[in-house]
Amino acid sequence: MKVSYYPGCTLRNKARDLDIWARRSAEALGVELCELEDWQCCGGVFVAARDEIATKLSSVRALAQARDRGQPLVTVCSACHNVIKRTNQTLRTDADFAAKVHNYMAQDPNPIAPYTGETEVYHYLELLRDVVGFDRVRAAVKHPLTGKKIAAYYGCLLLRPGKVMRMDDPENPRVMEDFIRALGAEPVVYPARNECCGGYVVLENAQSAEKRSRTVSASAAGHGAEMIVTACPLCKYNLVKSGSELPVVYFTELLAEALGVKEESYAE
Amino acid sequence: MQRIGVFVCHCGTNIAGTVDVKAVAAALKNEPGVVFSADYPYMCSQAGQDMIKEAIAEHRLGGIVICSCSPRMHEATFRKTAAAAGLNPYMVEIANIREQCSWVHKDMAVGTEKAIILGKAAVAKVNLNTPLTPGQSPVTKRALVIGGGIAGIQTALDIAEAGFPVDIVETKPTIGGKMAQLDKTFPTLDCAACILTPKMVDAGQHENIRIFSYSEVTAVKGFVGNFEVTIKRKARYVKEDVCTGCGLCTEKCPQKKVPNEFNLGMDNRRAIYIPFAQAVPKVATIDPDYCMMLKSGKCGVCSKVCTVGAIDYKAKDEYIEEKYGAIVVATGFNPISLEKFDEYAYSQSKDVITSLEFERLTNAAGPTQGKLLRPSDGEHPHTIVFVQCVGSRCEACSEKGKEYCSKICCMYTAKHAMLTRDKYPDTDVYVFYIDVRTPGKNFDEFYRRAVEEYGVHYIKGMVGKVSPEGKKLHVQASDLLAGKQLHIDADLVVLAAAIEPDRSARPLATMLTASMDTNDFFTEAHPKLRPVESPTAGVFLSGACQGPKDIPETVSQAGAAAAKVIGLLCKDHLTGNPCVAHADELMCNGCSTCERVCPYGAITYVEKEFRMPDRTTKLRRVASVNEAVCQGCGACTVACMSGAMDLRGFMNRQIQAEVDAICK
Repeated sequence: MKVSYYPGCTLRNKARDLDIWARRSAEALGVELCELEDWQCCGGVFVAARDEIATKLSSVRALAQARDRGQPLVTVCSACHNVIKRTNQTLRTDADFAAKVHNYMAQDPNPIAPYTGETEVYHYLELLRDVVGFDRVRAAVKHPLTGKKIAAYYGCLLLRPGKVMRMDDPENPRVMEDFIRALGAEPVVYPARNECCGGYVVLENAQSAEKRSRTVSASAAGHGAEMIVTACPLCKYNLVKSGSELPVVYFTELLAEALGVKEESYAE
Repeated sequence: MQRIGVFVCHCGTNIAGTVDVKAVAAALKNEPGVVFSADYPYMCSQAGQDMIKEAIAEHRLGGIVICSCSPRMHEATFRKTAAAAGLNPYMVEIANIREQCSWVHKDMAVGTEKAIILGKAAVAKVNLNTPLTPGQSPVTKRALVIGGGIAGIQTALDIAEAGFPVDIVETKPTIGGKMAQLDKTFPTLDCAACILTPKMVDAGQHENIRIFSYSEVTAVKGFVGNFEVTIKRKARYVKEDVCTGCGLCTEKCPQKKVPNEFNLGMDNRRAIYIPFAQAVPKVATIDPDYCMMLKSGKCGVCSKVCTVGAIDYKAKDEYIEEKYGAIVVATGFNPISLEKFDEYAYSQSKDVITSLEFERLTNAAGPTQGKLLRPSDGEHPHTIVFVQCVGSRCEACSEKGKEYCSKICCMYTAKHAMLTRDKYPDTDVYVFYIDVRTPGKNFDEFYRRAVEEYGVHYIKGMVGKVSPEGKKLHVQASDLLAGKQLHIDADLVVLAAAIEPDRSARPLATMLTASMDTNDFFTEAHPKLRPVESPTAGVFLSGACQGPKDIPETVSQAGAAAAKVIGLLCKDHLTGNPCVAHADELMCNGCSTCERVCPYGAITYVEKEFRMPDRTTKLRRVASVNEAVCQGCGACTVACMSGAMDLRGFMNRQIQAEVDAICK
């Protein structure tokens, strides 16, 4: 099947691992990720102010392009996913916001037809769970990660706000644990898995963010994990920077490894 | 055309102050059918009523219109007056010229004009009135109480004491309900079992009470005074009338790994069991999900050890049918599932428990013989955190928990905290709350004792997260009054889970056609003035099935429900309201719309033979109204698309005539 794909800026730089293994794995699973044309940065943060329109327009353009192609839109970065899904939801539920967005969009050189949230937005994990199915993922695994104890780290953006993201229970999620099981490894459930890594606070108050991240990695290590997986470049950055004793990898890399599409020759 | 008399009341100056009553009487004199018209200062007084009676006799009146106050005030009075004068009481119409006219107008001319119009409408209606006679139905002098907790037990005892037979239907193998699981009761701290079990014994031994334990109601037919109920008696594989409750079988049964629901799964019982020592009836029950004999035919130990031969592996579910005059719902409550509140780590740690589990842990008959020990390792906890409002008072948009206050948690948490500090002074006890709500006799004093005498740390604020780390539970919370974050390493966390109606309530409400609110609590007929009656005639409410309640309140409501039942069962016959719906079978097209809108389940459809013009007969499906059940709300008459449904006393053409009179 074909889906529209929105990688996001970080996946072109720091988080190339997240992107490349997502693409290779999708190919192996029979899903064609059709990258959007001329996509723009999502802004990184969903601004909650109701009258803030301009920072959400790049998301609207991406969503409208997917609609015009008749495809669902797939993202893999937690932050992009959060911004795009929430923008989509606001367009669905807030007619006033949608009208204002349309007024802005009408000024584009090639204006699009008014967009009011028609596109379905999937996180790559949702694609695996709901469209491909973890059973098919399990069947496609060539090198099961048997015996590995892996801690899934959700952070905050992937699941919250729960009512908008509609991905999993924000307090007791299981999608990543099920994913880890599908790859043959053993998930480690630890209390800090849905705590914040400190996020952008690292720019203002590095110490505070470091403390948050340490809590997460220490909690995972304390519960016997050998490795932490995440879907968020910022989480990875903060965890690594705070000196996590456990390796932190993107979930797509783990997937590619299990599917046998990870080339050892790949280097940054 | 009727011979109509009009009587205009002054109500002192209440009406006459803004309505020219003489002008009203004069104007209505000229209306079609009116042969007599007069005014009087107080029509409801004895002299006024006498004047009406005399006019009825003298002018041979066939209908009367009283222009006075609201029919809610004096319709019954004037109907009695008419009946005393030999007139059918339903030939009386009230034109409300007080509440809806004189009281709301200041200008005499406007008030008078409106009073005349209202009077004309009433005259137009009386012209089409027909005499109505209320029907009568007999009353079965036996009551059914559904649910055998403290609410059901108290209701049954009160009804039985008044001399009427009562049946209690309880789904569990014993009566006693939630109260049987509690340790102490607030605010007096007397032990729950000590005050409950004598009542259970009373109920078990009362000559007027039959207990159908391990049973459920599966069908309800009929109406007030005449309910027909089917009760399923689940197979317990032990002959109830033979078993002596000696308990030998429960000691010898080799299947030892059955989670004990009475202790909320914190220990195990056998496959054949008696829930607790004071169970009523004290009879063993075999759990078919775990019994090896029932599952694979291999075992039979209980049958071998039973000295009286009470075991019957071949027992089947039995259905019994019984008639009742009144039904009391006492289905009670349950704590909510904490699945959506995993920030408190209930699913992750054995040391995060609910308040009901805490009751079992501190109960001398519980899994730890009353010693407060951590479920994970059996060690004595030193730091205990209580969290109130877990799932109560949630925002409607939060999609988890309940919007309402569960009402009992503040008090039982204060009780738990106080008892813990009393028994184990070496413990640190924290209680996190949104508000402490302790109205009730001696309730606030009780809570203040916990704070002031027992040194419980009450902290306004909520717990954000509980993280099991090693042997500790790391509690992250906010102290709103100090404006700071708190981190507490606790040994035990106790969650005051919200309470919700028992799951059996919803299907039962459907069977009884009793209404429920959005939270599945039964709705009362009037929130203030009829709190123990359901809007469905003959169905009464007792205890937490109607809303969260503590024990004193439950017992009061149970007694009130019993009083209502006794009042009903004292009557030999029930007089119906003749203003009920009636289907014109020739016009009815059998669409079932009325059946669906009827809130009382008064409408059924019957197959009936009709003669056709060509002398053949045809079977048609038509609506049939049970007049004893119909409350005369009129919903069906509005819903009926073919105009077949009509309400006696408020016929469509009567109402049309009123509207025409007003618009003329």
